Amino acid sequence: MGGFVSIISRGFHGRRRDEGDRLPPGQYLVEDFPVLSAGPTPRVPPERWEFAIDTEAGVTHRWTWPEFLALPQETPTVDIHCVTEWSKLDTSWEGVSLDTLLENVDTAADYALVHSYGGYTTNLPLEDLLDGKAWIVHRFGGEELQPQHGGPARLLVPHLYFWKSAKWVRGIRLLDDDRPGFWETAGYHNYGDPWREQRYEGD
Amino acid sequence: MRRLVWRAAELVGSTPETATARTLRFRVPGWPGHLAGQHVDVRLTAEDGYSTQRSYSLAGPADGEYVELTVESVPDGEVSPYLTEIMEAGDQVEIRGPVGGWFVWRAENERPVLLVAGGSGIVPLMAMIRTRRQAGSRAPFRLVYSLRGPDWAYYADELRRPDPGLDVSFLYTRTVPEGASRPAGRIMLADLAEGGWPAGHGPDCFVCGPTGFVEAAADLLLALGHASERIRTERFGPTGG
Ligand SMILES: Cc1cc2nc3c(=O)[nH]c(=O)nc-3n(C[C@H](O)[C@H](O)[C@H](O)COP(=O)(O)OP(=O)(O)OC[C@H]3O[C@@H](n4cnc5c(N)ncnc54)[C@H](O)[C@@H]3O)c2cc1C
Repeated sequence: MGGFVSIISRGFHGRRRDEGDRLPPGQYLVEDFPVLSAGPTPRVPPERWEFAIDTEAGVTHRWTWPEFLALPQETPTVDIHCVTEWSKLDTSWEGVSLDTLLENVDTAADYALVHSYGGYTTNLPLEDLLDGKAWIVHRFGGEELQPQHGGPARLLVPHLYFWKSAKWVRGIRLLDDDRPGFWETAGYHNYGDPWREQRYEGD
Repeated sequence: MRRLVWRAAELVGSTPETATARTLRFRVPGWPGHLAGQHVDVRLTAEDGYSTQRSYSLAGPADGEYVELTVESVPDGEVSPYLTEIMEAGDQVEIRGPVGGWFVWRAENERPVLLVAGGSGIVPLMAMIRTRRQAGSRAPFRLVYSLRGPDWAYYADELRRPDPGLDVSFLYTRTVPEGASRPAGRIMLADLAEGGWPAGHGPDCFVCGPTGFVEAAADLLLALGHASERIRTERFGPTGG
């Protein structure tokens, strides 16, 4: 998206908002919290919930809901950016850092394939989950995360477009090779950096 | 690798659908074609270089270098009032797409189809109905269209004209015509049980509209026994539902 102006829409003035440098290109601000997903909302009761990390060597690490809640909790406040062009600033969450979940996981994998209750998948490089960049969150704005927003728990990777922050997360497979997920095989960008406006394949 | 490029798009004509919605017809040289259910991104740029973009569903089947959108003017919106009230034939925007390979219906597919529309969510579903008709498909279609009242229907004449194999039921949330048996109200189990297909027929279900509507309708379909893999949804952005 170069800085050149090609086509002007006559009579369009737009509504500039003063959001400083926090809004990636092509995004606009919302106050409410839109929902985007490909199908119905799965309902997963916490007693049946489990989260698992599978390594490339076939080792599985599992957490039940009480075990997950007993891990050290963090409360990130972050800006989120959806590929459908809305951004929301200063959203507050509570959950467990992927650094904590991966602490005792022995892996040399380069990629992660995240999967969800309901069958959704999304892929990203493992390093994008590390160093304080990603969490499995279960509270939003001080309240339990609602099913339509991904509850009981979702991935939160705010530096990538929000479809990477898989709702209803169930587990992560660590892989030596990159395997595109649901939207990534449907024409969306494989990595999805909002600051480079990587919306679609080839952007 | 396929790359979605921005293309200049010139408005060639527009027709009102309701008091607040218009169908816009654009000529987009180089348009690669699309499938029913897909959408485009529309970008507007002001004189001083400020630009912004929004997503809009394609309202009709592929038609050479022409694309049609139907836009509801959202009060106080940045983009939709411009598209519906200010733009005139000859004015330009940029369009890129088609986007979305999941919420699509292909004419080769002969399974029964249930379309569930809330308000402007009818747009991509209309593209499916029109594609079916154009292709002479025999896939049986049913449409359940939830809207505020009879005056709010998009494509009203076209949907009332007989189209063999397509059944349409309208349900009104606020104003009902005199003598209507169903009182005004939001979509309910009975609406989908009567206007849809039994789950045993295994229809492909497409649900589109504001978030709250899509959530409610998809949950009702699950309650009626439809398999979640057969329910595809498209939520029209920030509607707070
Ligand atoms: C995949 C996809 C397909 C879409 N297809 C269509 C389509 O075919 N036809 C169509 O009319 N729209 C469609 N939309 C919605 C469209 O992209 C815009 O969100 C809408 O036109 C409002 O933009 P705006 O700039 O006018 O309003 P904004 O300036 O973005 O918003 C102004 C105010 O209106 C609220 N608002 C935003 N959108 C809506 C809405 N849809 N209904 C009610 N309130 C709203 C906002 O929360 C805000 O308070 C689609 C959205 C998506 C994600």
